[in-house]
Amino acid sequence: MIEQGASSLVDWSRAQFALTAIYHWLFVPLTLGLSFIVAMMETIYVRTGNEEWKRLTRFWMTLFGINFAIGVATGIILEFEFGTNWSNYSWFVGDIFGAPLAIEGILAFFLESTFVAVMFFGWNKVSRKFHLTSTWLVAIGANLSALWILVANAWMQNPVGMTFNPETARNEMTSFWAVLFNPAAVDKFLHTISSGFLLASMFVVGISAWFLLKKREELLAKRSILVAAVFGLLSSLMVAYTGDSSARTVAKVQPVKFASMEALYDGKTNAGLVAFGILKDSGKKIGEKKIKDFVFKIEIPDLLSVMTAGDKDAYVPGLNDYISGNPGKLILSATEKMERGRYAAKLLADYKKARSEKNSVQVEKIKGIFNSTDFQTDYFRHFGYSSINKPEDILPDVSGSFYSFHLMVMLGFFFILVFALALYYLFTDKLNERRWFLWLALFSVPLTYVASELGWVLAEIGRQPWIIQDLLTVSRGVSNINTGAVITTFILFGVMFTVLLISDISIIVKQIKNGPRH
Amino acid sequence: MKKFIALIRRIFLFYYEGFRNMSGWGRKVWIIIIIKLFIMFAILKIFFFPNFLKTKYNNDQDRSDYVLEQLINSSEKHD
Repeated sequence: MIEQGASSLVDWSRAQFALTAIYHWLFVPLTLGLSFIVAMMETIYVRTGNEEWKRLTRFWMTLFGINFAIGVATGIILEFEFGTNWSNYSWFVGDIFGAPLAIEGILAFFLESTFVAVMFFGWNKVSRKFHLTSTWLVAIGANLSALWILVANAWMQNPVGMTFNPETARNEMTSFWAVLFNPAAVDKFLHTISSGFLLASMFVVGISAWFLLKKREELLAKRSILVAAVFGLLSSLMVAYTGDSSARTVAKVQPVKFASMEALYDGKTNAGLVAFGILKDSGKKIGEKKIKDFVFKIEIPDLLSVMTAGDKDAYVPGLNDYISGNPGKLILSATEKMERGRYAAKLLADYKKARSEKNSVQVEKIKGIFNSTDFQTDYFRHFGYSSINKPEDILPDVSGSFYSFHLMVMLGFFFILVFALALYYLFTDKLNERRWFLWLALFSVPLTYVASELGWVLAEIGRQPWIIQDLLTVSRGVSNINTGAVITTFILFGVMFTVLLISDISIIVKQIKNGPRH
Repeated sequence: MKKFIALIRRIFLFYYEGFRNMSGWGRKVWIIIIIKLFIMFAILKIFFFPNFLKTKYNNDQDRSDYVLEQLINSSEKHD
């Protein structure tokens, strides 16, 4: 009964956080990308002095402003949830998150609030160049804000640059630069902002396609498509490149997530990359956990080995390697990690006992062990395994990881095609005739949101059961609060965010129908 | 000093005129922002999202003791 209650609390807390993050992420990527598109359009206006470009800039700036204003501060709710629902986790990471989130807050407040005002109130009041500079600073500021949030998230995926202090029960930052240049952070930042550029480009292309379908504002629509399709094509290629580099990093720092993305149960050399596959209950089990395996798949031979290690003969470990261990490949079994994690937890319990008994000799002795590099790398890095019951509990939802990854990648390639076609039809002057393509571009807009959210779904469900990779499980990070309160706030958020989203869409749609002002 | 006051005045007028001459969508969006921030900070934060550790414990020592207990607790079950 108690176990059931705890699991229900964890599930509702997770659901609430997921709901908030998913809604928040509906607003953010458009802000990240549209700010740059608007800045590019305004640059053309300032350089050419052509008033039509100014009209165009102001139209897209209006849509940017609506999305920015309605989305702003929705992320703060996530911080509320850290303090209330995830207090153990917040305490455990507090010092690491403090610096990036403080920088984000200051940047967001000063850069965005000051220069957003100039963007909207400053037309004809400040010089063209100052206005343009403000627009660029908003774009850069918004993307830099995202950097700090992503640095914090990347630390959860690959905790680096810190040491655990048993005295305070907190991780303390030992190297700001290691946290900032964490390989997971660099990949995550580049992949996330380029996906935001892609999404915003498709938004502009899709809405411009609607104008062409309605035979309205044709010149403006085509100019918008020109800017957005070039930016979108470059961004989508960057998304593919950074996605590949991100997957390589995941293979190194979160290998279980990586194997789940490919539903690779048994490690192998000459591993192929699954281009398309269908998973079904196989009747097989890992420990007590039922597994889903392929009933159909199209595989590109050797590619997974080449992509992960640059060698087609390279061995790519599967999920079973991480459950049972593979001494030949220097992979520890989950059971071994559980033992090491429990040793670290026992030492922590001994420390607490010595401290309460005021046994200063024992306290100093244990502190010395905690501070040693060997203990940190061989034992404490597996600390989270101390609360794992069975080896198979380290497996995330394999089919969820597989499908979210593959659908996201498929959509990514589809978007490259859409942008390339948009440019081809634009330069061959066939855009108006290809009505099927205009509809396709319009319907691609929601697909970019689906792909963008799938990226987060993969990042977050793929790292389960960890809230901080290998250090803290989700169930250990949650606060011991009333499940009913979590359900209530879940419903409140659902209502509030839905109202905000409906407002956002309806105001944006109205502005689109009104079209650019003359 | 005079220059500084003139600058502050110009900044104030810039915002004042900006808000006064705001378009229809701008007004709607500001109403939404104000309602949203009110719900978030005056209702949700105060009534639904107290900081768990700050409200339950008076000092950092007690908070760290509690978290330490939580971290160790689930491990001890396995010993």
